[in-house]
Amino acid sequence: MEGNLNVLGYGVAAIGPAIAVGLIFAAYINGVARQPESRGLLQPIAILGFALAEALALFGLVLAFIL
Amino acid sequence: MSQLLAADGESFEAPGVADFWQPLVGDGAFAITRPMVVMALSVVLIGGLLLLVARRLSTVPGKAQFIVEGGYGFVRNGIARDVIGSHDFRRFVPLLFTLFVLILVNNLFGVVPFVQYPTFSRIGFAAALTAVVLVTFHVVGIRRKGVGAYFRGLVPGGLPGWIVPFMFFLELVTVFITRPLTLGMRLFANMFAGHLLLLVFILGGEYLLLHGEGLTRLASIPAFGLGIVMTFFEILVQFLQAYVFVLLSAFYIAGALADEH
Repeated sequence: MEGNLNVLGYGVAAIGPAIAVGLIFAAYINGVARQPESRGLLQPIAILGFALAEALALFGLVLAFIL
Repeated sequence: MSQLLAADGESFEAPGVADFWQPLVGDGAFAITRPMVVMALSVVLIGGLLLLVARRLSTVPGKAQFIVEGGYGFVRNGIARDVIGSHDFRRFVPLLFTLFVLILVNNLFGVVPFVQYPTFSRIGFAAALTAVVLVTFHVVGIRRKGVGAYFRGLVPGGLPGWIVPFMFFLELVTVFITRPLTLGMRLFANMFAGHLLLLVFILGGEYLLLHGEGLTRLASIPAFGLGIVMTFFEILVQFLQAYVFVLLSAFYIAGALADEH
């Protein structure tokens, strides 16, 4: 079997952002469930947090390719 | 590289970074490449559509006017006014709307048949847009407060004296390195990874179907199925990335204009 250790490393590195994205949306859903009218306020914050956490996973992907 | 052995002995070449280099005319650093053509096409398309709609404005909007006004209203009210504040958001609406439409159309070109190339999967294009945003928010911040006050404003007030140099250094790194790097890289990496994902499923399915043996050909069905599902997911991501890029640009501009840190 052939392969590249980078890809394995990337799989491990993606765990962190995956948990982070889960936590962010869990908090968002919780917030909206408790206070439905806060949805408009929470949505940009949630998407922003999601994008910031997801960026880490994507940096890992880029590094997995170029290293 | 994963290798699948087929009936005719050829092995499957997994798509990689090299698939994104597609020169059309010439070669090397000055080649005219496919993303350049796609970008030019998008500019012609957006400019033509917006001019056409703006020329025949009516009180009762038609279909095209409704869509364009909806997009404009979304960026103006949903992003610019909410983030920058109603006092001075107006002069940034053209920049933010241009960024949003340009990124959105170029991203969507990733799944439009025959074009099928997300321009921002080449980092140069993302870097250029990031440079525009970077210069913009520093320049508006410095023009609003003056050079000294702008850089003093990076550090929050009320800190003990010995910590101020460290905070100042950290904030400088954030403002000049982390922010532009993450802003450009996020857009680039999302488009790159998404396009690569589609390539893996579609090319893998094609390989299984055409070069597979017996029942292996059946395995191309879930591959193509996932390719279709991922295409819809990609469309969602393409909208989201255009939104996030413009939202973050607005946040940075708002931060540069804000009086308190």
